[in-house]
Amino acid sequence: MSLLKYESQLREPLVDGDKNYHQVTEDIISPIEMKPSKLWYIGFFISVGLLLFGAYSVYREVTYGIGQWNLNKTIGWGWDITNFVWWVGIGHAGTLISAILLLFRQGWRTGVNRAAEAMTIFAVMCAGQFPIWHMGRVWMAFFVLPYPNSRGPLWVNFNSPLLWDVFAISTYFTVSLLFWYSGLLPDLATVRDRAKTKLRKLLYGVASFGWTGSTKHWQRHESLSLVLAGLSTPLVLSVHTIVSFDFATSIVPGWHTTIFPPYFVAGAIFSGFAMVQTLLIVVRKVMGLQDYITLGHIEAMNKVIVLTGSIVGCAYLTELFIAWYGQNPYEWYAFSQNRANLFSPYGWSYWLMMFCNVVSPQLFWSRKLRRNITVTFFMSIVVNIGMWYERFVIIVTSIYRDFLPSSWSTYYSPSIWEIGFYLGTFGLFFTCFFLFAKYFPVIAVAEIKSILKTTGENYKAKMTDIEKADSDKFYIEEVEHAH
Amino acid sequence: MAGGIKKFVVGSFDDEAVLFPAVKNVRKAGYKIHDVYTPFPIHGLDHAMGLRETSLHTAGFIYAITGTTTALSFMSWVFTKDWPLNVGGKPHFALPAWIPITFELTVLFSAVGMVLTFCYLCQLSPFVKKHHFHARATDDLFVMAIECTDKTNDAEVQNFLQKAGAKEINIQVAETGWWIGRYDREQKLYREEKGY
Repeated sequence: MSLLKYESQLREPLVDGDKNYHQVTEDIISPIEMKPSKLWYIGFFISVGLLLFGAYSVYREVTYGIGQWNLNKTIGWGWDITNFVWWVGIGHAGTLISAILLLFRQGWRTGVNRAAEAMTIFAVMCAGQFPIWHMGRVWMAFFVLPYPNSRGPLWVNFNSPLLWDVFAISTYFTVSLLFWYSGLLPDLATVRDRAKTKLRKLLYGVASFGWTGSTKHWQRHESLSLVLAGLSTPLVLSVHTIVSFDFATSIVPGWHTTIFPPYFVAGAIFSGFAMVQTLLIVVRKVMGLQDYITLGHIEAMNKVIVLTGSIVGCAYLTELFIAWYGQNPYEWYAFSQNRANLFSPYGWSYWLMMFCNVVSPQLFWSRKLRRNITVTFFMSIVVNIGMWYERFVIIVTSIYRDFLPSSWSTYYSPSIWEIGFYLGTFGLFFTCFFLFAKYFPVIAVAEIKSILKTTGENYKAKMTDIEKADSDKFYIEEVEHAH
Repeated sequence: MAGGIKKFVVGSFDDEAVLFPAVKNVRKAGYKIHDVYTPFPIHGLDHAMGLRETSLHTAGFIYAITGTTTALSFMSWVFTKDWPLNVGGKPHFALPAWIPITFELTVLFSAVGMVLTFCYLCQLSPFVKKHHFHARATDDLFVMAIECTDKTNDAEVQNFLQKAGAKEINIQVAETGWWIGRYDREQKLYREEKGY
């Protein structure tokens, strides 16, 4: 008796090699039971160094004020908000993989979802830093919360997109964290049950909440995951929609456009997948997980990149066309002079963005390049640079020339503390990611096991035999019937 | 509280394809399956064991509409009653502008509520002590625990499991009294059996 479920032979296996359940556990969990490699320590300490530099930059900003940054009269949002939008966008890929692909029943998500969700959480943590420290008087940050206060109570403005952002980002962070951690429970229990030392047993025992693997618990867990996925799907779309509202609801030329929500969401997924590629290409190599994060996975993500990159390109052209077609002189000036004119102060950034986000991903129409790891890694960096510039272009080129030409600002370049703050968030991100890779299973062990017998390489090979035997039998019966 | 010290015959299977018919046969023979512990969710096992559907998603829906009403009623109260602000003569009751926050709170309430309910129902929390029938139940074994009553013949159950294809069989005594209340049909069957 066999419980093999049929999956088309045309689909390539999602788990390579001759694996059984125990082998899966072994492959994914043993790297976190060993002492970290030298490379890990080097990476970790570089990240912590960056984090400390970022902390010092923030310290200066808090002590001496926002003047530590080179923001000026018209450019009130510079690197800080650019970085905020960039980091939030990166987070979106994790939720897309874990939620939307779950609803679409995409088996390949199981290889990458855990790490991508972790990336989401860390990216949102980094993103949150920028609006918080940008407040200047950060000790007043709690003013954004609608709590009964002694000032009236004077409430926050619920009609403001900036407040919507507070709710969107904090909800996004909370829900992503819950989704990620509830998925981690069974795998942490696996680590606990393998633990050799008392300390590991205790720590993973606490972290796994006493998970046993009871059928009833699994049934509820499945229901929970499905509903959380159903909630996260509109949530992730809402988050970047609301971020785009920060711009779109204003009347600044270049921002005041209805195309922003879908355009921002596509861009977010685009940059997020690029970041997932950057991280996972390294992780699979260093931790020896090539059997679980296969070329097929990388290709699937590259397909998403070429799709979303093309949507973004379409949006760029649409807004350019509408700026001209709308015949609003200010809008058209912002596009034709501030952005598309290569010889204007920031024209280069517009064309750099165009090249990185629209032209370069088109390479991925070629299957050969989609499956080339070096090209993918290089492209993932290019896309992330491009998407950073997209936010920079949107923010800076729209506001450096405002309605009053006398206040048109001089060329804006960030101060060392502004750059330091950005580098600091890289430090935060990679410090968290290094710790995650060291102490947590980077691949969802239980989920891989649940797809192993349908999509594992050795099981698919077995299936071919069964299929062949069946079709032979069918053929013989048919022939006999005919005679 | 139900539970107390109980005796279990524990059989471990290494293939879910063997487990399914075994579950069916064990139930048919009239033994009471306490639980089956698996390393990953096995679709249809809950039905095979006669567990009822979970209604966790209904709880999620209730939390969600709580979030919706909280957000809408609070914002309406603030802006129409407690501190109406005149913003360029725009209406105080600005429903379209409240949709984003209403949506976010709907999702937030539902997600947080559901996870807490999930943890409560499954009694999952840090520092909770549970009996683990087999350490490999989270690795590669499917562990079936059959509850013994006064009338159960242990040797017979062990033989039965052996025939059903279990690789490892043993007898364990465990505390099951950490449940708060009854949680499924299985518990009820047991009580009926005992004649409570």
